[in-house]
Amino acid sequence: MKSTAVRSMRTYAVLPTQAEPLPLAFNMECETGNYHTFCPISCVSWLYQKIEDSFFLVIGTKTCGYFLQNALGVMIFAEPRYAMAELEESDISAQLNDYKELKRLCLQIKEDRQPSVLVWIGTCTTEIIKMDLEGMAPKIEQELGIPIVVARANGLDYAFTQGEDTVLAAMALRCPTEVPPSPTDETNQVTTRPKLVLFGSLPNSVVKELTMELAKYDIEVSGWLPGPRYGDLPTLGENVYVCSVNPFLSRTATTLIRRQKCQFINAPFPIGPDGTRAWIEKICEAISPLSPTLQTQLVNREAQSWEALKPLTDQVQGKSVFLMGDNLLEVSLGRFLTRCGMQVYEVGIPYLDRRFQESELRLFQQTCEQMNMPLPPIVEKPDNYYQIQRIRELAPDLVITGMAHANPLEARGIATKWSVEFTFAQIHGFSNSRTILELITKALTRHSKLALIG
Amino acid sequence: MKLAYWMYAGPAHIGTLRVASSFKNVHAIMHAPLGDDYFNVMRSMLERERDFTPVTTSVVDRHVLSRGSQEKVSNLITRKDKEEQPDLIVLTPTCTSSLLQEDLANFVKRASEETSADVLLADVNHYRINELQAADRTLEQIVRFIMEKEMKKGYSPEKSLRPSVNIIGPFTLGFHNHHDCRELKRLFTDLNIEVNQMIPEGASVYDLKDLRKAWVNIVPYREVGVMTAQYLHEQFAMPYVDVIPMGVSETEKFIRQLTKAFTEVYGSDRLMAETEAFQQEKELEFEAYIAQQKQYLSQSSWFARSIDCQNLTGKKVVVFGDATHAAGMTKLLSREMGIDVVCAGTYCKHDADWFRDQVKGFTQQVLITDDHTQVGEVIAELAPSAIFGTQMERHVGKRLGIPCGVISAPVHIQNYPLAFKPFLGYEGSNQIADLVYNSFSLGMEDHLLEIFGGHDTKEIIQVEGAQASGIRWNEEASGELAKIPGFVRGRVKTNTEKFATSRQISEITLEVLFAAKESLGA
Repeated sequence: MKSTAVRSMRTYAVLPTQAEPLPLAFNMECETGNYHTFCPISCVSWLYQKIEDSFFLVIGTKTCGYFLQNALGVMIFAEPRYAMAELEESDISAQLNDYKELKRLCLQIKEDRQPSVLVWIGTCTTEIIKMDLEGMAPKIEQELGIPIVVARANGLDYAFTQGEDTVLAAMALRCPTEVPPSPTDETNQVTTRPKLVLFGSLPNSVVKELTMELAKYDIEVSGWLPGPRYGDLPTLGENVYVCSVNPFLSRTATTLIRRQKCQFINAPFPIGPDGTRAWIEKICEAISPLSPTLQTQLVNREAQSWEALKPLTDQVQGKSVFLMGDNLLEVSLGRFLTRCGMQVYEVGIPYLDRRFQESELRLFQQTCEQMNMPLPPIVEKPDNYYQIQRIRELAPDLVITGMAHANPLEARGIATKWSVEFTFAQIHGFSNSRTILELITKALTRHSKLALIG
Repeated sequence: MKLAYWMYAGPAHIGTLRVASSFKNVHAIMHAPLGDDYFNVMRSMLERERDFTPVTTSVVDRHVLSRGSQEKVSNLITRKDKEEQPDLIVLTPTCTSSLLQEDLANFVKRASEETSADVLLADVNHYRINELQAADRTLEQIVRFIMEKEMKKGYSPEKSLRPSVNIIGPFTLGFHNHHDCRELKRLFTDLNIEVNQMIPEGASVYDLKDLRKAWVNIVPYREVGVMTAQYLHEQFAMPYVDVIPMGVSETEKFIRQLTKAFTEVYGSDRLMAETEAFQQEKELEFEAYIAQQKQYLSQSSWFARSIDCQNLTGKKVVVFGDATHAAGMTKLLSREMGIDVVCAGTYCKHDADWFRDQVKGFTQQVLITDDHTQVGEVIAELAPSAIFGTQMERHVGKRLGIPCGVISAPVHIQNYPLAFKPFLGYEGSNQIADLVYNSFSLGMEDHLLEIFGGHDTKEIIQVEGAQASGIRWNEEASGELAKIPGFVRGRVKTNTEKFATSRQISEITLEVLFAAKESLGA
């Protein structure tokens, strides 16, 4: 008991808290949670592509399978490295032995695909029938000789992108641990710079861009969670700083802090030139403070980036946007779009971890002050029905929403952008800020171009 | 447990939601965890629906798991009653909620005391039936519910004066259902038959009580509507015609069955002689219509006899799909186009006997399975010259280089065409003839291209482009370039080289590649 208390104190110590001057002034509400989002098991679609030697087994029902095959469209035909372990009535009523059944399926996958890691995705059903996945995994892992990672990415607890969070939190526990330098080895202690591990799954080319960007400010990235292969999992430990690239990874952060004792850097997320600069600054602050030259270089870098975006920001300037909320990127997007001159009417979000997003929220607040915009309300667990009433009243120029509402809103004369595209497009870092604005302007210009045909 | 990558038919609740949301002013409430409302996305995207899908979720979360839904479901029912003022609310259990074994029936009972809408609990077992079976069941359940309610009130409408029908089955996300309905209605107009009601698509539950005004029920699809037709037959002695009017021969058979059914109804309260006169009159009228369609209007029978179609003789095909379309296509291909159906199959395992009976004598082999890999293996083994199947068979065809015409759900957005493309009736036969012919002629084109070595000049152009630039790419950068998808790679390459030239850079590194990407926004 005592050790946990000590650990959690450490946790709080690294997060910015009392030291900050201004309290957050956002009006934060919580509605009924009746909103549309993707099931978190959808994370297998991008994670199996990211971790090239993995195999994802979703243990659930026809409902899960139907969602996956429809949501992921044609990907299913490219021999995906994921499958359903479809539970049948005999599994539910415990006439069959879970352990034997899972072992049989995993053996078959091992023979057919030879993956380096099996990821079991627990679903609502496995939760309800209390299938002990965590208990069975180590046994089957030993018998099969393949690591089995268990993630409970179910719709009872999580929304959409949080699925990745559950998988990465489970993988964080599989990372090799740093051997602490022995006290006798004095030379090591002086020269070792703290290591930096970034977490969040990004396409490999974006990983390269962000790594190169940090290198310009003398920051070396020692590893990514996840890497392109399971064997590339980064080494963690007390001497390792960790920083997230995405706003939905709070469980992973907690795991890294509490279980792997890493030093957490609470930073805004590298979305938009403003976010990217703030992200770099926070990292540098923690690891190796920027020299005045490098600081100037970074400020110029951001300025250049904005300059390059000018043709696009000119188009969105003065327009209003309403984020209905379904993927947890909303605060970062709202902040960036405010900085681009848009007025954000509402930031809907499935779940807001105020501590994990602290720096991001602060940057958002500063941005609103700087742009002379009112702080938008942040609506956690929104109710889509009420939101649609508000959209009718506010008549925003653009609504960022899921696919269930896009066509009906368009039919009512409201321009929309599918929120899912922000999850799958490359939006991180200085250069990719363009992608976000291109998605937004595409929706706006198309809407005005076609206005004539009514 | 079953290792599964793909499925032909979805889970039961999808069937219930498809039926419920096909009706006008019916709201469905799913008892489900977050993310299970994927149905709303499908309807909005595939059908390009302009209205909000009338489906709301009563979210099952951790809280519900530990304490039960309690007031949550009933409150949502009363809330939606006020907000949407629907005629009927259908509470839809999902696989998750059926495990929780909550007393949903009690929630329905409690809520319905406060609502002005009727409230119904969909009766579907998620672990025993699939999407299509559930749709059939839900439609019957709704019809029975309204009928019983009206019977209690003593409502009993008269039959219409002129012969009339109900069309039972067309519903949302159904394969070409909208087009089929239009074609069927045209057929009935031509035959001087009134369409009393079409359910569930676009129908109002209030009007269901008047289903009894029709003389005969029509069930154009095997998957949805049979249970309802049987119920109406048992309860109100309404005859039904379940011949699927797909292809010229079956459409003929369908029309002839109608004569019989009408005579049966007509004769129930009239003298024998008068009934016989009615039958003769109808037969004459309908036979004249069939002859006219066949000889002058429908193109497909002539088309099949035209010289170009000689090439189709003895061609081997595999047919796979839902029971309706796979059976219909098998008969049509074999009987009307002289094509050799080497294998006909369906994923409707629950209706295997009906399917076997339908395709008897029209195919060499019958395949009943819902495992797409097995279908793929059979196709690979038989190596037909064309496949008629679902989107999955289309992909199998792509892999094996065999052309495929899509004839059945499950399908993608391109199979919800804007143009008029029925599969039923005479116009449906024309449409199918085009589909069949185009599948084969495309296959022929491919074949000829292969023989004559193709005419693709892309390679040559690319080589010229590379020689012109004279800028070196280092290994890392060209590796990155190679990863960019083919269709934009050329543009990225040119842009990067332009960027390098403008800055007098002679070697392109990864740095330069990214810098160029940023400056040009490529």
